[in-house]
Amino acid sequence: MTDTMTPVRDAPSVSVSPGRVALRRAFRHGGFWIGGTILIAIVLMAIFAPLLTPYDPSVQDLSKGFVPPVWADAGSWEHPLGTDNLGRDYWARLLYGARISLGIGLLTVIISGTIGTVMGVTAGYWGGWPDMIINFFITVRLTLPVVLVALVVVALIGSSLWLLILVIGLLLWDRFAIVVRSATKQLAQREYIVSARVIGSSTPRILFREILPNLTGPLVVVASIEIAHAILLEAALSFLGLGVQPPNVSWGLMVSEAKAQLLFRPWMIAIPGVALVLLVFAINLVGDALRDVTTPDGKA
Amino acid sequence: MIVYLSKRLFMVVIVIIVTSVVAFLLVHLSGDPAAAMAGEGATQADIEAVRATYGFDRPLPVQYFDWAGRVLAGDLGRSTYLRADVTEVLARHIPVTATLGICALGFALALSIPLGVLAALRPNTIIDRFSLWLAVAGQALPSFLFALGLMYLFGVYLRVLPISGSDTWWHFVMPSIALGYYATPEIMRLTRSGMLDVMQSDHVRTARAYGLAPWRVVVRHGLRHAIIPVVSLAAVQLGFMLGGSIVIETIFSLNGIGNLAWESIQRSDIAVIQAILLIIAAAYAVLTLLADLFNAALDPRIRIS
Repeated sequence: MTDTMTPVRDAPSVSVSPGRVALRRAFRHGGFWIGGTILIAIVLMAIFAPLLTPYDPSVQDLSKGFVPPVWADAGSWEHPLGTDNLGRDYWARLLYGARISLGIGLLTVIISGTIGTVMGVTAGYWGGWPDMIINFFITVRLTLPVVLVALVVVALIGSSLWLLILVIGLLLWDRFAIVVRSATKQLAQREYIVSARVIGSSTPRILFREILPNLTGPLVVVASIEIAHAILLEAALSFLGLGVQPPNVSWGLMVSEAKAQLLFRPWMIAIPGVALVLLVFAINLVGDALRDVTTPDGKA
Repeated sequence: MIVYLSKRLFMVVIVIIVTSVVAFLLVHLSGDPAAAMAGEGATQADIEAVRATYGFDRPLPVQYFDWAGRVLAGDLGRSTYLRADVTEVLARHIPVTATLGICALGFALALSIPLGVLAALRPNTIIDRFSLWLAVAGQALPSFLFALGLMYLFGVYLRVLPISGSDTWWHFVMPSIALGYYATPEIMRLTRSGMLDVMQSDHVRTARAYGLAPWRVVVRHGLRHAIIPVVSLAAVQLGFMLGGSIVIETIFSLNGIGNLAWESIQRSDIAVIQAILLIIAAAYAVLTLLADLFNAALDPRIRIS
């Protein structure tokens, strides 16, 4: 009697959940390790910023302007990355700037991901006229130039951090909508969805219990792309002077403020620049690795 | 084809109309245009005067149809700051941006197609890996940073290229590289995957079996097919570049519509902002239309569905 029961009870240990398989594969992926390590380091820097520097990123000390970084002849460990024209500690600004970049990346993706997923699932599951209308919205959105629209809105309303997050979030949902729409369309024709409908599952149940869990793979991949996109967009807007405003710090703003020093102090541009490139590079690596492990044919 | 063409054309017209409404609403709902035009320190009476002069006191739909009607008649309004017709102002700036966009696209194609082909011919070798890493690294590099890097290397350190202005062809070299670089990863990937597919097809195998020169097989029988999707991607990318040129143009003080947009935003020159939004959106819509038509002309299956 127990003999017939054992295989059934043992079944879970034989078939591992797809999520765990993906994670196991991810850990064997080289890019995942490199990207993940850089990303975690930057996240830790952002979280523990107050512990890693005694300085306030926006406190000025005009008597100590333009201290060079420690590797230069006149540099000292007092200000490891030197100070800017107003005597603000560059290392402190870099640490607190990481908070803005990561925060904007995550919050905007929550907004854009929600909008895009709702639109994509609606269009993909129902098809017909909802699909046509949503497709039209996507086309219109793609037609509007992102940087220009963001600049106009921010310039006319007045720049604040929350507005910036809202505007970027409201602009970057297109890729979510496109990917989720086509993924849902494919899922909706799968046998188990049809079966669920046949046995009388309610539409919300099908959407939340059957469709949505199966969208996690593509959603995570698109989210990684869009976090990177949002961070770059914030940096570009701050660089143009219409993004993050002082006393807040952002890496794009740091590059913008150091623009005039290109000739004599190029490291002032290079330091926040390298940080920005590393962060986006790490996110892209992790995203690529996740795409490789969630979609066997490499197409997301 | 005619049915398909008219369908697509109709869609583009609708999209442009909706975009024009969005462009109009963006400018009018984001704040008080009269207050913005009157400038800081203007009294309430000044603002009211501006409002009455430019008709901002009328209902929004009336203002929109008034504006749209004049746009259709070829009148984009008057720039309050430059004291000139927007059409004239744009006519001065558009050629610069168009030149920049085309040079940037040329650079992107010249870099990405050979790399994509090489990567596909020798998959998983150093060339393939190198181009893949170039693509991943390229996507991580913000355009303004890349532009500043180029400026430092060629303008400040080597002193071989001018760093600002748009007087000679030399002024377009760095901006074109900085702008075009962003289109390379995607074009390269598409070329690579297209070439990988086509090089395994029967007609390429046959061409090889006939003993044709290897480069001839690659170019005449491989690339010719693989390049088809690249052409339409290039058109779409050109549209993106026109919208994205604002950052590059401001850095290099290139006097195109990106720079004009930036300056107009700073001085709340509403007529110019609206016109630029509309023109960039229309250019993008037309370029994607051309890309679709190109595809449809080559692939009859697209025309039927």
